[in-house]
Amino acid sequence: MVSVMHANNEIGTINSIGEIGKICRERGIYFHTDAAQTFGKLPIDVNRLNIDLLTASAHKMYGPKGAAMLYVRTGVKIKPLLHGGGHENGLRSSTVNAPAIVGFAESVKICLQEMKQENRRLIKLRDKLIKGILKNIPDSYLNGHPAKRLPNNANFRFAYIEGEAIIMQLDALNIAASTASACSSPKLQPSHVLLACGMRPQDAHGSLRLTLGRWTTEREIGQVLKILPGVVEKLRKMSPFK
Amino acid sequence: MYTKKTLKHFNNPKNYGKIKDPDGIGKVGNIICGDVMWLYIKVKKDKITDIKFETFGCVAAIATSSEITELAKGKTLTDALRLGKDDIIGALGGLPPVKIHCSVLAIDALAEAIFDYLTKNKLPVSEDLIKRHEVIQKHKEVIEEKYHDWTEMEEEMHEGSNG
Repeated sequence: MVSVMHANNEIGTINSIGEIGKICRERGIYFHTDAAQTFGKLPIDVNRLNIDLLTASAHKMYGPKGAAMLYVRTGVKIKPLLHGGGHENGLRSSTVNAPAIVGFAESVKICLQEMKQENRRLIKLRDKLIKGILKNIPDSYLNGHPAKRLPNNANFRFAYIEGEAIIMQLDALNIAASTASACSSPKLQPSHVLLACGMRPQDAHGSLRLTLGRWTTEREIGQVLKILPGVVEKLRKMSPFK
Repeated sequence: MYTKKTLKHFNNPKNYGKIKDPDGIGKVGNIICGDVMWLYIKVKKDKITDIKFETFGCVAAIATSSEITELAKGKTLTDALRLGKDDIIGALGGLPPVKIHCSVLAIDALAEAIFDYLTKNKLPVSEDLIKRHEVIQKHKEVIEEKYHDWTEMEEEMHEGSNG
């Protein structure tokens, strides 16, 4: 079996799963994709993309925590991991979380209804954010694919400064962000995603992820564009590297 | 997470920047690991009259840098060398366990700056300080060897700022 995530949660890059699925299909290999970042957000046609198995979570699309799904193409045989009462045709023994499942279904409905216009809105805001940051902050770079990326994801790298320091400065100014820097992780290791992309550890330390959502406004994007350059400048003043 | 005092130092760090013509410089840490601390000192009559830091690093690295400058300023070299990581941690009201190494880095940077001052001026260096210097340098060598190609770039980046 081959398993490739549809889009990367950290850098937002959308993988070419259609091509991967085709290669797998030609060779008779099952293809699974983790669509946690894309289900309900991007159109997914399991036939066109040659997907045999697909997983998604409710809480990634404004649904309740505690419900997830596995799509299984007809004819694909899977074995259960949980044994016991024989729920869900013996594939997943455990009492079903009915309220969460109903909530999941409702969130799918809403996401499907709003997908087109919501993506248009998010892409506009995301690109405003990316353009503004790259233009106004020297030595700033975009991580991930410039075009093939999630509508809600922007991930940057700022030379000479460290990511945890950036997010804590932003936090004090009411902007919530995340980083792939080693200092923010319990293992003190920089993001394996950025390292796998060929980034050097010292560059991965200066990463910042900003994600947008259903309630992100243009005003908020403007605020980030106003505040972030000053934060980066302040930290660079303290840095031995310039 | 971080104490209020740590965040106060992080948000309003004291004594950051460079000292022109410093009497001693202590450079510790490694950019690959994510913390680099440079301490500059001015010494008059055996006392640290001025001290500044430049740090690449997280909240704890910046806060401990700021704190060490406050603790060391005005102290005699002998008293400054008596400062330990627990003095910094205590002054900050605690540090998360994974960030304790930042306080060690700050103490090391101070020891290195004093060592630099003493050797430059051909002044006597205590056996204890020589030992500390050797341990810090040894540790540096181990990391530099491990990440040779990457550390060259660290110097390049800094030299670029002078040009």
